[in-house]
Amino acid sequence: MTTTVKPKIQVPEKEKESASRGSVYQSNQLNLWYDTNHALKNIDLDIKENEVTAIIGPSGCGKSTYIKTLNRMTETIPSVKTSGEIIYRGKNILEKGYRVEELRTKVGMVFQKPNPFPKSIYENIAYGPRIHGIKNKKILDQIVEKSLRGAAIWDEVKDRLNENAYSLSGGQQQRICIARCLAIEPDVILMDEPTSALDPISTLKVEELVQELKKEYSIIIVTHNMQQAARISDKTAFFLNGEVIEFDQTDKIFSNPSDKRTEDYISGRFG
Amino acid sequence: MNYIDHESVANKTNSRLLKNKVLKAIFLAATMFGLIVLAILLYRIVTQGSEYLSLEFFTSFASRIPENSGIKAAILGSIYLMLLVAPISMFLGVGTAVYLEEYAKKNKFTDFIRINISNLAGVPSVVFGLLGLTIFARFFGLGISLMAAALTMSLLILPIIIVASQEAVRSVPKELRDASYAMGATKWQTILRIVLPAAIPGILTGSILALSRAIGETAPLVVLGIPTILMFTPDSIMSTFTALPMQIFDWTKRPQVAFHDVAAAGIIVLMTLLIIMNSIAVFIRNKYQKRY
Repeated sequence: MTTTVKPKIQVPEKEKESASRGSVYQSNQLNLWYDTNHALKNIDLDIKENEVTAIIGPSGCGKSTYIKTLNRMTETIPSVKTSGEIIYRGKNILEKGYRVEELRTKVGMVFQKPNPFPKSIYENIAYGPRIHGIKNKKILDQIVEKSLRGAAIWDEVKDRLNENAYSLSGGQQQRICIARCLAIEPDVILMDEPTSALDPISTLKVEELVQELKKEYSIIIVTHNMQQAARISDKTAFFLNGEVIEFDQTDKIFSNPSDKRTEDYISGRFG
Repeated sequence: MNYIDHESVANKTNSRLLKNKVLKAIFLAATMFGLIVLAILLYRIVTQGSEYLSLEFFTSFASRIPENSGIKAAILGSIYLMLLVAPISMFLGVGTAVYLEEYAKKNKFTDFIRINISNLAGVPSVVFGLLGLTIFARFFGLGISLMAAALTMSLLILPIIIVASQEAVRSVPKELRDASYAMGATKWQTILRIVLPAAIPGILTGSILALSRAIGETAPLVVLGIPTILMFTPDSIMSTFTALPMQIFDWTKRPQVAFHDVAAAGIIVLMTLLIIMNSIAVFIRNKYQKRY
């Protein structure tokens, strides 16, 4: 599998910068089965901090499954088995005894369909801090404002914090979900096709937000939209049938892919 | 080549329409049968019992003289019984449902439990009465007390509450649970803050309907040996008591015709209670239906 950067004569600026960054996630020989269906095959990926890493590939290639193993959300599905390692900040999260609640406090997730709680906007954002034991109303108020500002939705909702989050539009709901995820002050944000249920304008807003967020967070985003991956990511991994075909700088993947299958996919010949 | 012969279709149309009309009439008759019987029942009870309905009816104990008979002991007994049954059965029922739906892994053992809870709902109430007599009244030594009857009744309606709560818990979308787990919430935090608030309308509706069944049940009380004529009201959970259906049952057995009218008055009270409880259940269901 071609997962590491190929030696080149001239190393571009971006790549040097990236190489100097620390790793957030390293998967080593990661395998995953749904019953007998081998969904992830020997995945080796090294994901750097403060970058946007996009995962692309056709439906059923394992990209969503992969991102869900990174915060062990695959565990909510019975009959899932895994082997190999996922090293997050130096610790194997698949090891027995690793406390998944701690991991998920540091790794936030934004889902495909906006899934706010049937509660007020305020309560949605305060949910994370509350479950982690913050009761002080002043601190909660500050977290709510900071998170909503962080998700670029503060101005739209500041006068209606007590309204039900369901009264918002789909695009706003998704940014509420991003704000909710920022409220636990994560280290990494996982986004599983966050714009697939949104209209083009809301999509644009979320994409701009991702650019803003990468200054502070490491972002891993699954997308079926190749233009989106090209627009917003620093690195791109191409998945096919549960394998990583190519993982490289986004510029490189989209201009000069090393693998024929990557080229076929990004030029729209399949998928 | 056409497969549909429009002429023969036209010839058959009349008989198809006739069949439709006849069946409509049959189904209407089926609906009316129940309604009419209920209407006759209500009419008879109201005409028979209304003359005995007065404030004294509620404030006096049972008596040998029909005019002096009242339901003080019975209605207080029934209310106390419900006050005990409601928390016991809801705690056990919701607890079981949450365990089975949220915590339990799917395996043969939990499948076995799930199937048998539904089976339990079909067990006749007189059997529960025997169970209560053997286990609570005799084995645990609770005797013919409010507590023994409350435990028996709780057991009787437990399957209904479990099944209703399971449905309610299951109908909470997985996306909401996922959102909670993905922020590092534990199972219990997710259940308490996300699942139960969303499931509570369904749980309450099921529980109230189950309680309204318990308030009208007679057979388990008969088997337990609950007395019918009491001249005092219960003062603790260990004291003996009587309940509305028991009192009504006793009055209908009396040879004096006047007591049958007193029984009718008792039935009016019991049915009013049931209608109130069912209305509350319907109200809750309509008010909180599907907020996601």
